[in-house]
Amino acid sequence: MDDLLWIFISTLLVNNFVLAYFLGLCPFLGVSGQLETSFRLGLATTFVLVVTALCAWILNTYVLIYAPYLRLISFIVVIASVVQFIEMSIKKLSPSLFKSLGIFLPLITTNCAILGLAIFATNRGYGLLEGLVFALGAGGGFTLAMVLMAGIRQETEIMDVPALIRGTAFNLIIAGILSMAFMGFAGLFSAA
Amino acid sequence: MSQSKNYEQEPSSNRLVASMAIAGFISGVIIIAIYLATFNTIKDNKARELRQAVFKVLPNVSYMQKLYFENNTLVIAKSDGMDDDMIFAGYDKQGKFIGYAIQGKGAGFQDTIHLLFGYLPEKQLMTGMAILESRETPGLGDKIFKDMHFVGEFVNHLMKQAIKAVKKGTKSHDYEIDAITGATISSKAVVRLMNAAFNRWSPKLSPLGQEPVFQMSKQTQGSLDSSQIQPESPNIQIGK
Amino acid sequence: MATDASAYEEMLKGLWRENPTFVQVLGMCPMLAVTNSATNALVMGLATLFVLVGSSLLVSSFKRWIPKQVRISLYIIIIATFVTVVDYSLLALVPAIHKELGAFIPLIVANCMILGRQEAFASKHSIKYAVMDAIGMSLGFLIALLALGSVREILGSGSLFNVDLFGANFEPWVIMILPPGGFLTLGLLLLFFNWFTERRKQFLLKVAQADQSVAIVGVKDNG
Repeated sequence: MDDLLWIFISTLLVNNFVLAYFLGLCPFLGVSGQLETSFRLGLATTFVLVVTALCAWILNTYVLIYAPYLRLISFIVVIASVVQFIEMSIKKLSPSLFKSLGIFLPLITTNCAILGLAIFATNRGYGLLEGLVFALGAGGGFTLAMVLMAGIRQETEIMDVPALIRGTAFNLIIAGILSMAFMGFAGLFSAA
Repeated sequence: MSQSKNYEQEPSSNRLVASMAIAGFISGVIIIAIYLATFNTIKDNKARELRQAVFKVLPNVSYMQKLYFENNTLVIAKSDGMDDDMIFAGYDKQGKFIGYAIQGKGAGFQDTIHLLFGYLPEKQLMTGMAILESRETPGLGDKIFKDMHFVGEFVNHLMKQAIKAVKKGTKSHDYEIDAITGATISSKAVVRLMNAAFNRWSPKLSPLGQEPVFQMSKQTQGSLDSSQIQPESPNIQIGK
Repeated sequence: MATDASAYEEMLKGLWRENPTFVQVLGMCPMLAVTNSATNALVMGLATLFVLVGSSLLVSSFKRWIPKQVRISLYIIIIATFVTVVDYSLLALVPAIHKELGAFIPLIVANCMILGRQEAFASKHSIKYAVMDAIGMSLGFLIALLALGSVREILGSGSLFNVDLFGANFEPWVIMILPPGGFLTLGLLLLFFNWFTERRKQFLLKVAQADQSVAIVGVKDNG
């Protein structure tokens, strides 16, 4: 139990996927203009991450022990197909849910956080439960980073920032400061 | 050419599946080819790395042998590879037993840390520590193997009780060691893993004088030439 | 001769004018994650070069036979194959560096720059142009990686390509090789790039205006 909690807190705060591992930077820099959109994208990503963790575990346990060299290609193909399948079923079953989350799904497939999760979970030898908790922590951390970033960006919109600085350069510097703040969470483990 | 005409129209789903299948097949063949081509080099690299680590943590060792704990005693491992349940025994030139190299593995600050330390049961002495694998933060956590003062703390460390990492400069007991400034969490993780591995293995070690004898079996014969090599000079200097 | 010049042009555009990092802001994930030392940056750059050139070559040679509906999946299969090849080769040839780059080699697959070049360029151009474009883009990526990696290593470890620069008295600025340093350095580099481009634009504008006024003066004289 301690272990699971450790994994969750560690991926949520200390080793945040976006701010410490640089995974999922494209949506982080691209889509984080609106608070509402960022939050929804974060939720959709968390959902896909959990599905990915499940797929990765199934692949690792039943297929890849026989053929470790197919890891990368099978992760990519399976994850992309499963996300596509989910997208289609949500569209059929619940159009309203599709409206709020579905449009992000294709975008998420190309998000390196998804593949990163599968690879990290494999490298660390996580079991099913650990993998799912890892995915929840990663998704939560991604959502947290997105929402914080969007909030800061909305605030800076009304500020007097030189036109030259605005844009990606400015967002990266904000991300750097956020990342520095998140480093402080390392203190959570000094007692360990 | 008929294909290129098809391209203009809506291709049949058969064709879509076929093109995916062909691409998948070709990519599979290429991947298996590269896997087979690099397999031996990768295995040799890993074996050499392990051997060097064992020589580094156990001074004056000329041979090593992989052991498993089975039926309440240590037996010589038959397998070619290496896994977490193995322990390594080091022997001198005459094949006389010197000490064990014990593995520890577990969560560090960022990712798994895999380490190895040498232990002389006769003197209850730890002879050195080497990190086999870690992905700790470069510049901070990676000091667990780059900071020579920290690595040196585990050379000739008496294992009477569990090791404790304390802030650098506040060491007041024999069992305490200096943690690395700025990498306290990683240092503590290393110590925690070492204590856990030591507690796991110390009851399983063979009684003094009854350690497994070194056997030049057929199985170790192949790698014998390379394991006969004396530890390289940087490894000897590690204790300074 | 003319075609050679324009193929060369395709290569040059990736270096500066359409630099994948500074202008298109693509492939951020490996860019920031592995640039804590110049050596890592170089290896990542070369690996990306191999994957991008290889996939562009294949995609442009087979573009005729790639059905539109499944093209993205096929591109991904091609890219993933090349990445696996790189992964195993690095593990066999330079295990020490492979250890440091760790999980980020497989993540080359998810580098949107590579997929983007297949979709936007290689699938529409002949082999020669596709390869030149791929070389240019990956060199541009490599330059950005090296710039970021060198700055971070010099400030954060006081060395460059593992060669000590300042001696023992230098107190390394550790934050630079930690994640925040990556964000900050890239942000500042982008800022510098923008500033430089802006100045150049204004300079060209001034030159154009000066030309115009000279021309007007010339007309008056004649009158």
